[in-house]
Amino acid sequence: MLQNENAISVHGLKKSFKEVTVLEEVNFEVKTSSIFALLGSNGAGKTTIVKILSTLLKYESGKVTVNGFNVSSNPGKVRQSISLTGQFAAVDEVLTGRENIIMIARLRHLSNPRQVTEDLLKRFGLTDAADRLVSTYSGGMRRRLDIAMSLVGKPQLIFLDEPTTGLDPEARIEVWKIVKELASNGTTVFLTTQHLEEAEQLAERIAILHKGKIIVNGTLEELKKLFPPAKVEYIEKQPTLEEIFLAIVGKKEEN
Amino acid sequence: METTKNYFFRDMSVMLGRSMRHILRSMDTIITVTIMPIAFMLLFVYVFGGAIETGTDKYVNYLLPGILLIAIATGISYTAYRLFIDMQRGILERFHSMPIARSAVLWGHVLTALVSNAISVIVIILVAWIMGFRSPAGVLAWITVAGILAIFTLALTWIAVIAGVSAKSVDGASAFSYPLVFLPFISSAFVPTETMPKAVRVFAENQPVTSIVNTIRALLNNQQISGDIWTAIIWCVGILLVAYIFAIQSYKRRV
Repeated sequence: MLQNENAISVHGLKKSFKEVTVLEEVNFEVKTSSIFALLGSNGAGKTTIVKILSTLLKYESGKVTVNGFNVSSNPGKVRQSISLTGQFAAVDEVLTGRENIIMIARLRHLSNPRQVTEDLLKRFGLTDAADRLVSTYSGGMRRRLDIAMSLVGKPQLIFLDEPTTGLDPEARIEVWKIVKELASNGTTVFLTTQHLEEAEQLAERIAILHKGKIIVNGTLEELKKLFPPAKVEYIEKQPTLEEIFLAIVGKKEEN
Repeated sequence: METTKNYFFRDMSVMLGRSMRHILRSMDTIITVTIMPIAFMLLFVYVFGGAIETGTDKYVNYLLPGILLIAIATGISYTAYRLFIDMQRGILERFHSMPIARSAVLWGHVLTALVSNAISVIVIILVAWIMGFRSPAGVLAWITVAGILAIFTLALTWIAVIAGVSAKSVDGASAFSYPLVFLPFISSAFVPTETMPKAVRVFAENQPVTSIVNTIRALLNNQQISGDIWTAIIWCVGILLVAYIFAIQSYKRRV
């Protein structure tokens, strides 16, 4: 298959719900095998963009291609090459972790669903909990399972819609590690987040969505240049509670 | 699209397997579905039954068909509930962003309703048998009864799909079934319609439940089947088609 330089390309995308315009004129591109972060406050339209890119929502006008396929005219092909991890962990609580992954592997029509499942359980540290019902999982475990389910069948592009919302700091760092690993293995990652730090940690390119438009789009360095050079000031820095928390629990982890 | 069509049955069986697990892991739903119809059966047979003149030797034989319909009307509210939960939790979005036949998701729920209602019907027939229900019907008559109950279940299940897809809350998703549960009370299910006042009688004799109840009763008692069977089948198939069209429409609107 032809390797596209751009995993996602969006031109002149418009979307409104009844009278309310959500996306006014959205343009951006995402390079294959990179991590792209879409930043924006609540209600900026991030999820709407994710839903359009993952064929869940129709749009009024514009040209949207994912992995070289037009989203509106060729949704079947798009779906074969992507995976969506929505804002809420899309796991089945009544099934066990193992059953969840096997279900997705069967729906992706893989020839060896059991093997794929065992590998993913191991990779995400869920082997011990594999036969427990997901309703007993912690938030972090759910998210790990959720991402594991998205990786079944090795999609070229994975959407992560606010993957760390509602997670504790430890679980969040774990998710960040997974995302970095994904990109280093050649998967394109499209990430939305409200946390600036998350975008800073992960993304090669960052776009800021505000009132239905992309107002800034660039690398972190480019974004920093938009602001006046930093003044040097000396301030006594107190550790944040998060840093204290991570320092304490981190020691435990190292042992 | 051709590829997803080819996988329809495979995808649907995965979906069926999924929601069957839901049922087997929550056997309490079978109990809640059967307990009210069984309570009605006990109440009518042992409390009111002595005073009701139906022209049959055993009132339980007269009553059973109506009780089975009440059980099915109660049971389908769980289909609406499960569908509603799927829509809320985001697992439906995951399925829809995958290369699978979208209708397979709905059909999985519908077939599951068929199986779980069959279980409740069998439980109630066993309780009725303990209470003295006996039937001289042959295999063919029983198969016909099963067939009519199956079409009836399918028809109500598609109504449940409409409710599950368009409901705004869990309560809303299951409340629609109350009128359906009470429909048998104004029919020939408990007493012959001849004793009712004119207006009620006209309604009772021309609503779907009466023809269905009369047909099942005739089949189970080895009596001559009247034209009721055709009225019953036309009602069921008619409701099934209309509900199916509306269900698919409201489903498409939501996703």
